Amino acid sequence: MQALYAQLLVGLINGSFYALLSLGLAVIFGMLNIINFAHGALYMMGAFVAYFLLSLGGINYWWALLIAPIVVGVFGMILERTMLQWLTGLDHLYGLLLTFGIALIVQGVFQNYFGSSGLPYAIPDQLKGGMNLGFMFLPIYRGWVVVFSLVVCIATWFLIEKTRLGANLRAATENPTLVRAFGINVPRMITLTYGLGVGLAALAGVLSAPINQVRPLMGADLIIVVFAVVVIGGMGSIMGSILTGFALGVIEGLTKYFYPEASNTVVFVLMVLVLLVKPTGLTGRAA
Amino acid sequence: MPETAIAEAPAKAGTGEKILQVRNLEAWYGESHILHGINFDVNAGEVVTLLGRNGAGKTTTLKSIMGIIGKRTGSVQFNSQDIIRATSDKIARMGIAFCPEERGIFSSLDVRENLLLPPVVRAGGLPLEQIFDLFPNLKERLNSQGTKLSGGEQQMLAIARILRTGASFLMLDEPTEGLAPVIIQQIGHTIARLKKEGFTILLVEQNFRFASTVADRYYVVEHGKIIDGFSNSELAANMDKLHTYLGV
Repeated sequence: MQALYAQLLVGLINGSFYALLSLGLAVIFGMLNIINFAHGALYMMGAFVAYFLLSLGGINYWWALLIAPIVVGVFGMILERTMLQWLTGLDHLYGLLLTFGIALIVQGVFQNYFGSSGLPYAIPDQLKGGMNLGFMFLPIYRGWVVVFSLVVCIATWFLIEKTRLGANLRAATENPTLVRAFGINVPRMITLTYGLGVGLAALAGVLSAPINQVRPLMGADLIIVVFAVVVIGGMGSIMGSILTGFALGVIEGLTKYFYPEASNTVVFVLMVLVLLVKPTGLTGRAA
Repeated sequence: MPETAIAEAPAKAGTGEKILQVRNLEAWYGESHILHGINFDVNAGEVVTLLGRNGAGKTTTLKSIMGIIGKRTGSVQFNSQDIIRATSDKIARMGIAFCPEERGIFSSLDVRENLLLPPVVRAGGLPLEQIFDLFPNLKERLNSQGTKLSGGEQQMLAIARILRTGASFLMLDEPTEGLAPVIIQQIGHTIARLKKEGFTILLVEQNFRFASTVADRYYVVEHGKIIDGFSNSELAANMDKLHTYLGV
């Protein structure tokens, strides 16, 4: 039974990363109509920024949680201003190819300088150790990752679905020309949205660093699963991405316990089934 | 009537101050040349209607003024400032509001969010209480999804949301299209009341019977040009011509 709970916890942690990353992808796809294949590389950059802050500047994990998303978010905004904005109105394929190319370049640069092996990043002192819950032992850092990710996901959902700024974003997703004709600076809003989505990826990278170490290909390993999560949840659906992210992490964890051979493929099998039954995803709406 | 004479026709109503001057406005959709040199003026406080058949270029004229047509040339002066090269968000912030033909109600927003979407660009917009006084239906349906409203209510919402912004110059594109006569009458009353409140309105209409109840002056658009223009008092004398222009 202990093993089952342990796998459930691993599933929840993976689900946290899936949710944060797919949430960023959903926000970006909803607003920019771009399938952001650079997301994994930007997640990796978040982890590396945390690593540099600690190893070069002695800046700890808590500051890294704030600084890394800002640094990578600004990098993302520069990418959007200099490259992605020119793809407005073009087929999705162009955005996919461009962001895939960006991902290869970014990963290649980091791999060139840091190799493929992982760099250590220590768990902050405040989150070391664990708690005995009676039915299982819970490492505090892992519990923190799950709770913090959930809070960030809900805050992002609230921002987009329940605030005036979010209403502007949703409206601009539907009809950017008209929203701009109302006096709202839509191009600036698009840039900031890309920065927000990318910042979420970087935040996931910082959270991941103490668990998975810091590696140039850490994003590449994860991004394909995250895209499957987004497809299952429904492209552009905020709540769909969050719920599907956590749910698929748990399903993956349970599969590891009951049928480990299928644990790496269960997400893709589910994706195929969902696409067959509901091609717009579980919570997505038809165009 | 020569185009320059049309452009400089004096207003019968309003303060006489020219709020909008359009000169040699040309516009393109991709390779298609739609406007071929539009010239007209709108004076402060009046309601001016662009009449014309489908495809004449009326909507394109409004969109060109609003800056949402990619390629346009000529001159559009609003309050003596040339806005031909300005982006649509800047034009909106100068005090021009646009209500599109398709109404542009956002399905992912409820009525309240649709209503509050356009930012207040300057002082002088109508407060919400006054808007609900004009459109009482909207107050009862604030939490409904915008696109779940009836056609008439959606049109009211589309007009209502630009009244809060403080824009003094409203461009309404076919506000009566597809609406029941009783709703058309209500829209007519609203436009008359807005005029009384001091708004300047540029209206695009195919329904000139409706337009005649609210307009001070008319311009007839054909093949991307203004081909005629007259005031409301000259309407009766121009009916035969107008029937020919509009094919009714």
